[in-house]
Amino acid sequence: MDTNIANSNLKSEDYFINMGPQHPATHGVLRLLLTIDGEIIKKVEPDLGYIHRSIEKMCERDSYQQIVHLTDRMDYLSSHINNEAVCLTVENALQLEVPERVKVIRTIIGELTRIASHCLWWGVMGMDVGALTTYFYGFRDREMINDIFEETCGARLTMNYNIPGGLMFDIHPNFVKRTKDFVAHFKTKIPEYDKLLTGNVIFQKRMKGVGILSKEDAISFGASGPVARGSGYSCDVRKYHSYSALDKVTFNEALKTEGDSLARYEVRIQEMWESLSIIEQLIDNIPEGEHKVATNAVIKLPKGEFYQKVETARGELGVFINSTGTKNPYRLKFRSPGFSNLSLLNHIAVGGKIGDLVASMATLDLVIPDIDR
Amino acid sequence: MSYFGDIYKGIKTLLTGMSVTGKVFLNNKNNSITQQYPDNRETLKMFNRFRGEVVMPHNEKNEHTCTGCQKCEIACPNGSIEIIWDRQIDPESGKKKKMIDQHIYHLGMCTMCGLCIEACPTDAILWAQNYENSVYDRSALTKVLNQPGSKIMPGVED
Repeated sequence: MDTNIANSNLKSEDYFINMGPQHPATHGVLRLLLTIDGEIIKKVEPDLGYIHRSIEKMCERDSYQQIVHLTDRMDYLSSHINNEAVCLTVENALQLEVPERVKVIRTIIGELTRIASHCLWWGVMGMDVGALTTYFYGFRDREMINDIFEETCGARLTMNYNIPGGLMFDIHPNFVKRTKDFVAHFKTKIPEYDKLLTGNVIFQKRMKGVGILSKEDAISFGASGPVARGSGYSCDVRKYHSYSALDKVTFNEALKTEGDSLARYEVRIQEMWESLSIIEQLIDNIPEGEHKVATNAVIKLPKGEFYQKVETARGELGVFINSTGTKNPYRLKFRSPGFSNLSLLNHIAVGGKIGDLVASMATLDLVIPDIDR
Repeated sequence: MSYFGDIYKGIKTLLTGMSVTGKVFLNNKNNSITQQYPDNRETLKMFNRFRGEVVMPHNEKNEHTCTGCQKCEIACPNGSIEIIWDRQIDPESGKKKKMIDQHIYHLGMCTMCGLCIEACPTDAILWAQNYENSVYDRSALTKVLNQPGSKIMPGVED
C-alpha cells in the first residue's frame, strides 16, 4: 500500500504547526514552530521573547544587593543557587572571605533546591508522557522542602536568602531537624519513584532511544548539566570548579553514556541520591559562627571583569560582571543553562514524532524564564 | 521477546506501579499533605519569618519608631516604598527634626525581597504573616503604613 503512494505522482507538502506559547507541555510561554511531514518532524524553531523582562538591563540600574532578588525570577526552580552565583561573584570581586558557616548552609540549601527542582521535574515529566500520578507524588515530597525554605528563608520559591557577604539571617532552630526528617523520608521515596515510573514498560518504550544526543554534539551545542551528563560528557561544575563547601564533601558525578531521554532521566534520579548524600555529610557539622560578614552599605566593585559559574539544577549558570568601579555594574551577563540546552532541541527532535518531541523536551527540563530572562 | 512474554511483562510492571499507588491509597492519613483551605483559616498559621506584607507596628500610645531616614526607600529595588517627610519641631528638644508625614507602601509592586527590613536601623517596619492580600481594586494595595495622628516614639534616633 505504502509503496504505491510513494511511487505515485501525488504531491506532498510540509505544513507548519505552532506548539505553544500556551501549550501545557512547553512548561511556560515557549513557542515552537514545527515543520512537519505527516507526524514526522522536519524542523523545530523555538521562538523566544514572550516572557522577556530585561533582567540584565535592570541589573545595570540596581545596586549589587538588589541584583540578587532579580535572579530568583530567572530559573525560579533553583532560585537559591542563582542567588548564590551572584553573591559569589561579588564576593570574589571584593576578595571577601565568608565564614565557614555561611558556606555550609549555602551548600545544604542549594542541594535541597536541586532535589526540589528534580522532584518537580520528575512529576511534570511523568505527566508529559501520560502518567498523572507522578505529578502528585513529586509535589508531595517537594512540599516538605518548601516548608523548610519557608521557615528559614521566609519564602517558598523566590527566597532571596543570600546577600553579598553571607546570609540575610541565621537558619531557623528547626532547620536541622526538618532537613534530617526530609532526608529520611525521601530515601524511602526515590525507590518508589523507580517502582512507579522507571520500570514501567510504557515509560521505557517512550524514553529509550528517543532524542539521542551524542557526546560530541553535547559539547558543540554547549550543553551542560544533566543533559550533557546523560551523553557521557563529564561537566559537573561542582566537581571541577567547586565553590562554597562542596570541596569538603565527596560525591559521584552522575554519568550515563546512552544519550537518550532515558539516560537523562536516570542521571537526574541519580543526582537526587548524590544530593541527599551531600546534605547528610554536612547537616551534622554546621560550624558555629556569624551568618554574614559586614560589607559597606553601598558595595562598589573594583574596576574589571569578574566571572563565576555554579551548577544549578539545569546546568552551568555563569555570571559575568563588568564593573567600572561604580555602585552598579556596567554590564551584567548571565550564561543560563536553559538557553544552550534549548538550542539542541532541533537537533534531537528532527526525524522523530511529535510525541517524542514532548518526551525529549521534558528531559531537557526547560524553564522558560531562565531562557528568556 | 515472545508475544505472551510481552503481556506478562506489561502486567507485571503495571502491578508494581499499582502496588505503590495502592499503598498510598490505603494509607492516605499519613501521606496526605492536602490542606482544607479556606476552611482551616483558624488553624492555618504561617511561619514567623513568612513574608506576607510590610507593616509598621505602633504601640498603645499610637507611636512608631520610624525616623524618616529613608534607608528602606533607597534599599527597595523597584520603588515600592515612598516616604513623604518634612522637618517639624520636636516637642522635647524644641529643635527642628526630620519626621515622616506618610510612609507609603505599594503592596502591588512589592517583590517581598526583604531588603527594606534588613536596612531599617530602628526596626520600624516588620513582616506581617497575612497571606490573603487580594482586593477588589488595586488602589487598595497602596497603603500608608503610619497610622493617622501617630508620631515617633520618644528617644528613637538613627
